[in-house]
Amino acid sequence: MKKYDVMVIGSGFAGMAAALFAARRGLSVVQAGATGGIDFSTGFIDLLAVHPIAEQKVWEDPFAALAALRRDLPAHPFCRVSDGEIRLALEEFTSFLGEHGLCYRGREGKNTLTLTAAGTMKPTYLLPCTAWSGVEAWEAKAPALLVDFYGLKGLSARQIAEVRGDWPGLRTARVRFPGMGGELYPEHMAWSMADPARREELSKTVAPLAADVQYIGFPAILGMTDTGAVLSHMQELLGKKVFEIPTLPPSIAGPRLRAAFDRGLPPLGVRTCTQKLITRAVCSDEGFQFTAGSGSTSVELFAHSAILASGRFFGKGLKADRHSIREAVFDLPVTQPENRSLWHRPGFFDPRGHEVNQAGIETDNLLRPLDADGQPFHPRLRAAGAILAHQDWMRMKCGAGLAIATAYKAVISL
Amino acid sequence: MTTLATRVLIIGAGATGAGLLRDLALRGVQALLIEQRDVNSGASGGNHGLLHSGARYVASDREAAMECRAEGDILRRLAPQCIDDAGGLFVAVRGDDERYVSDFPGLCAKSGVPCRALELGTARAMEPALSQDIIAAFAVQDGAVDPFMLSLDNIAQGLSLGGGMRRNLAAVSMDVRHGRVGRVECRDMTTGENVTIEPELVINASGAWAGLIAALAGAQIGILYSMGSLVITQDRIATRVINRLRPPSDADILVPGGTVSILGTTSIRVPSPDGCRPSVAETDRIIDDARAMLPILERTRYIRAYAGVRPLVSLGPAGDDRAVSRGFALIDHAADGVDNFLTITGGKLTTYRLMAEKAADLACAKLGVSAPCRTRTEPLPPSSLGRWTEPGRGPKSWVESRAEDDIVLCECEMVSRGVIDAILDEAKDMRGRSMLKAIGMRSRVGKGPCQGGFCGPRITGHLYDREISTGTQGLAELKTFTERRWRGFSPILWGVPLMQADLQEALHCGAMDLEFGPPPSTTDEESEKCQATGELP
Repeated sequence: MKKYDVMVIGSGFAGMAAALFAARRGLSVVQAGATGGIDFSTGFIDLLAVHPIAEQKVWEDPFAALAALRRDLPAHPFCRVSDGEIRLALEEFTSFLGEHGLCYRGREGKNTLTLTAAGTMKPTYLLPCTAWSGVEAWEAKAPALLVDFYGLKGLSARQIAEVRGDWPGLRTARVRFPGMGGELYPEHMAWSMADPARREELSKTVAPLAADVQYIGFPAILGMTDTGAVLSHMQELLGKKVFEIPTLPPSIAGPRLRAAFDRGLPPLGVRTCTQKLITRAVCSDEGFQFTAGSGSTSVELFAHSAILASGRFFGKGLKADRHSIREAVFDLPVTQPENRSLWHRPGFFDPRGHEVNQAGIETDNLLRPLDADGQPFHPRLRAAGAILAHQDWMRMKCGAGLAIATAYKAVISL
Repeated sequence: MTTLATRVLIIGAGATGAGLLRDLALRGVQALLIEQRDVNSGASGGNHGLLHSGARYVASDREAAMECRAEGDILRRLAPQCIDDAGGLFVAVRGDDERYVSDFPGLCAKSGVPCRALELGTARAMEPALSQDIIAAFAVQDGAVDPFMLSLDNIAQGLSLGGGMRRNLAAVSMDVRHGRVGRVECRDMTTGENVTIEPELVINASGAWAGLIAALAGAQIGILYSMGSLVITQDRIATRVINRLRPPSDADILVPGGTVSILGTTSIRVPSPDGCRPSVAETDRIIDDARAMLPILERTRYIRAYAGVRPLVSLGPAGDDRAVSRGFALIDHAADGVDNFLTITGGKLTTYRLMAEKAADLACAKLGVSAPCRTRTEPLPPSSLGRWTEPGRGPKSWVESRAEDDIVLCECEMVSRGVIDAILDEAKDMRGRSMLKAIGMRSRVGKGPCQGGFCGPRITGHLYDREISTGTQGLAELKTFTERRWRGFSPILWGVPLMQADLQEALHCGAMDLEFGPPPSTTDEESEKCQATGELP
């Protein structure tokens, strides 16, 4: 049986990043596990924007926020990663995505406020280039037209314009998407935009409504694997700057990321067992033997090292019954509140966040998961991403950044 | 400031108040129904939806048992659209009181409640989810009732016959002079506007709030508040109502509710009718207890929990248990020196019609109206107001009669934009604290596995599209709706529902930053006031 250098468990942001970093370093990689939340991603790469969460203090400089966080929360996984490592990790990750048609953009050392489907402004660190003109338009409060579509339920232009009372120059229009009727899905629309004729029809519909604006915004449907080309063609056709806003799930952001990895990882020699969960893991001094999937389609895999990037509850890295939370693959100890009454707060939007979101795996500085005695569970096992304890990525606004940075650290420390 | 004149003012739009609006309208008596929140906001919405055969009360309260049997028969005949005539079982498991079991058929016979002994194998064949450890089983005529459809249909007929209704209108004071309530001062909870109502007679049908309303007229009612929690399963566990054959206790009944089952209930004394919510500990206690009868309850998936407050009326001095045990209380406050003021409270959903009849009889006697009650014989017409509360109606209408360009806004329960529009068009003044909450009460929106996590933001977008929401109001109301669903969702978060909650927070907070921005559209009056003080004996 082939022995891989590294088994990556999980195929969300952390798993994809770990597979990429390991393969780029010449390691043979096999990857399995659920895609987790990546299908529900906005496509934004947050680094860190809010700390302390209870005070809802928002930072413009994520590295200043990181310094404060490392001082205040010594158990936070960001304490295991240096600023230099974070920068290198983000650079390597986004340049890979750029090579595969997903260009990212941000401001060095600064968070950028970007529009969400709700009409709120969300601080993030790096955003798809297709969203960038939206940032400029909002910052300048420039005359802009926001277009949405009959039959597409994930984005209401009117809602965004109403919520953005600070942007009086923002107008809206609802149009029919050429060639499609009834209920529309972003993925179908995005694929259809690969056809230049479709872009021409769409711009003919929109152009007469946009005579007096500088910018035109669309729900994120501008192409699947060729967003840059679709965006520039639309700008050329319309004679305006064009931008996208990610829709509510199911949005196009997740499929675009998956498509980029599906194209980019196999040439690097990564073997992927798509959507197969690890159902059995046996550890020994030689390494790890895994069963991926179950029944007749299951696969046996052997690896020298392993990176656990299996996510939280939605990613199935953590599982809970009425009494406790367990780690799904190795049954590692999970730091957690004493009982279920303490998992969640009475208010969903409580600024302090829910206690259960700080539950997870303990590690040492090399991101080696710890056993019940506080010792590394296995010398060549690492953990990365949302499964790590003492962080709340949803409230701290650090999801993708934490996943990518800890994946990087996990790989280079192997 | 607005002044409204009405012959009868009914306070409280639970089942009883809704039944009163209809009963009086059928007698030709003009009435106005006011409600501080929305239809069935109290115990009428926070119960199992059980249509009692009466068998539950044969040992403890024969009068209540007989009332339930008679009223159950009337509702099956006259309001079939609201009833799932599923039938019921009473089962005992090993360790239950065998004397109670052997007395049960005789007690049923004495109360005239039909009851048939079943072979254990037959019972398990009828309901495969039953435990192998059952030691006795009886078939009874229990059923399920949709309390929202019931109230909405009663209100719809009341309105069609000239009655009036105001939601989100709270009575805040009463002007009592010469032994009569002259004016009732109210506040519109949406706009803050003051409204004066000048009624000939006032009926207090405010359920658990009856003591607080009576106090506005200087009358006193001793009310104890008993909070009951229930949990809803994702699937329908049993075809019939399944009761534990033992003296009334916690977690002793499973009632079908369309495509789900409802398990309950507990009883905890609380100091106030406001602000009750189910807890993790209560939910666990219900499941731990009921799995003896239905072991599948340990493994099944739950959708949410909820709680309601039962008013227990003590007519005499506090602590008079015989008075507390009565089915319902009709109080003529002439005894308190207020001649045109009645209270009707307590009771059960099954006897709501009888309660309305008795209260209307007394009201009519005082008003000199001789028209007899007609709700005992006249069918309750199904209304378009009530129809969208029914599980399965959304998908059916989607498949059979959707407009070509319609889209599904709530995927869990297949509620289309067309249905949302129909609800919005029909009940324009319903906004209250959150239009989304009001839509949720009138449909299945927010009641499926996503608990509003996905349909909430989508319908919010639609409300903006229709210009029903402006500015940041829609976001604030979305937060109100989400917090309201969270009360029932948070106690059952393990297994798959915890994954769902993870996803919901990733969307609402991770992606949309909704923990920032406008606060919920209300500082919920139901928030933290209610703390359990101890269990009832």
